[in-house]
Amino acid sequence: MLSRILFTRLLSTAVTLMGVAVIVFVIIRVVPGNPIAMMLPPGATDADIERLKAFYGFDKSILEQFIVWLANVLQGDFGNSISLRQPVSSLVLGRLPATLELSIFALLMAVLIGGGLALIGTRSRGTATEAAIDVTNGMALSIPDFLWGLFFILMFGVLLPIFHISGRISPSLNLDFSTNFYLVESLLRLRFDIFMDLIGHMFMPALALAIPLAAIIAQLLKQSLKESMNLDYVTLARTKGYSEYQVIIKEALPNAVLPTLTLVGVQFTFLIGGTVIIERLFSYEGLGNMAIDAVINRDLPLIQGIVILFAALFTVINLVVDMMYVVLNPKLRHA
Amino acid sequence: MIAYLSIRNLSVSLSNGPEILRSISLDVDAGEVHGLVGESGAGKSIIGKSVLGILPRAMGITSGEIWLDGVNLLSLSVAQRRRRIGALAALIPQDPLTALNPSRRIGPQITRRLVGILGWSKSAAQARALELLKEVHIENPEHVMRSYPHELSGGMRQRVLIASAFAAEPKLIIADEPTTALDVTVQKQILRLVGEMQARHRTALLFVTHDLGVVSKVCDHLSVLYAGMIVEKSQMRSFFAAPSHPYSRALLAASPKYDDLSGGLVPVPQAVIDQLDGEITAFDKGSRT
Repeated sequence: MLSRILFTRLLSTAVTLMGVAVIVFVIIRVVPGNPIAMMLPPGATDADIERLKAFYGFDKSILEQFIVWLANVLQGDFGNSISLRQPVSSLVLGRLPATLELSIFALLMAVLIGGGLALIGTRSRGTATEAAIDVTNGMALSIPDFLWGLFFILMFGVLLPIFHISGRISPSLNLDFSTNFYLVESLLRLRFDIFMDLIGHMFMPALALAIPLAAIIAQLLKQSLKESMNLDYVTLARTKGYSEYQVIIKEALPNAVLPTLTLVGVQFTFLIGGTVIIERLFSYEGLGNMAIDAVINRDLPLIQGIVILFAALFTVINLVVDMMYVVLNPKLRHA
Repeated sequence: MIAYLSIRNLSVSLSNGPEILRSISLDVDAGEVHGLVGESGAGKSIIGKSVLGILPRAMGITSGEIWLDGVNLLSLSVAQRRRRIGALAALIPQDPLTALNPSRRIGPQITRRLVGILGWSKSAAQARALELLKEVHIENPEHVMRSYPHELSGGMRQRVLIASAFAAEPKLIIADEPTTALDVTVQKQILRLVGEMQARHRTALLFVTHDLGVVSKVCDHLSVLYAGMIVEKSQMRSFFAAPSHPYSRALLAASPKYDDLSGGLVPVPQAVIDQLDGEITAFDKGSRT
């Protein structure tokens, strides 16, 4: 069952990535602005321009360019960044860990906050506490992540300077990291000073990303939990001596969590999309920040590389969600 | 000496007013089976739910006492009450198809509470579950322990639920129409099983049903309910020999006879209903003053 899902998924992933590649390739070549113009000093001759165009292959048709690019990609070569003059693959993979750490940290925060609120709301259903949670949810949902980011910078970076407002790590600190997963590595090497510094940088951007998702989780999970609370097996559990929280978590949650899980999978990809702006806002050195620079510089190979990587990441996330669904729902497993 | 379960003057009403139970009193002692009969909506299930503390949120107990093993449950805090009910009582639910958690195997559904709440060792709980599944005549208990609910038939699931109800040796079992959701052939087996388990474990059993035929097979005493009021309470044998209330007589006359289908269906006569309505009005007047 799992292997069959995996196989069909890999196939559809290949098709998806191909589609994304074509669309991105065409769009960034059709929109105005060209990378050559950004690179040359004023007063460059037409001959210079032509030479540079030929060097990067921009003198050929889009179809020819695409075939050349695809042939290289299939051999693992995503080309060189025009503005940074380094291989795209190493640039992109070098930044990926920063973005992954930020978005997974944000996801954990969202699950903890949203899940906690859903449990409290279910426990106190029908009371003022539940109403307060609903109102808070509504507010959290109506404000986008980057506004939360700006608000946090003003509140906890400027007025009450508790957290760092820019970068990923304080320049004064340095551990000779052997990977780019700073947070994980500092923890594994028991360098808690560095770990706390990283958290201090990551906390506000992660919270800004987490709040809207937390509100969605709280709302949906509370709804399904409340419905589950009237099910017969949950009622039966209540006669067995469990506390109300035990009943909610152990009996109602396993089934109620399924719709939320699907939604979190979809929303997590939106959250990663949100890192583009949030990383810019907090000058966090991740993929999103690099993507904005790449677009400003019309760095076509780099844009392509980043977009393909994001697309691959999204399909992997969807795959993981589907797998979890099968694991959590015994009926699907045996079907 | 107070009975093991003693309900005194219990009244329940919807939060917006209407009365569901009108001053119910009944006693069930250890080893006794007390049947609660009545039409749908008479409030028979609500009595069981009040005892177990699982009333729907829209309903509340307005007055009365529920004594279980010498303690008035309604004088306890919610948490204390839950623990006490969990330790002393158990429910055999109505619909076996929805009363098991679909995402968990049968074994843990029986053992989890023994381990988690009552502090048994895992192996002791496991052994106990196997023993119980054998007691309820399940052929291959090891296999059933590893199954998910959707892999078992309705009758099997009800057997599992009965085994689970008796797991912690409760002193009181409340069976809420345990055979209603099953087909007729399985009904008989399950009914026999409940009686058998009750006799073996000497539990007090409160048996809720709308089926007088069922009552005659398992109960020692019975109470007839109408609109939340007990209209007749009597010994089993004397009830079937000579029911005293006209409504009881009408109910008996209305039960279909499988050996004589020519009789057709007999409704409760209008005169009886008028008399009942009169009694309820009188009761409500009396309770208001």
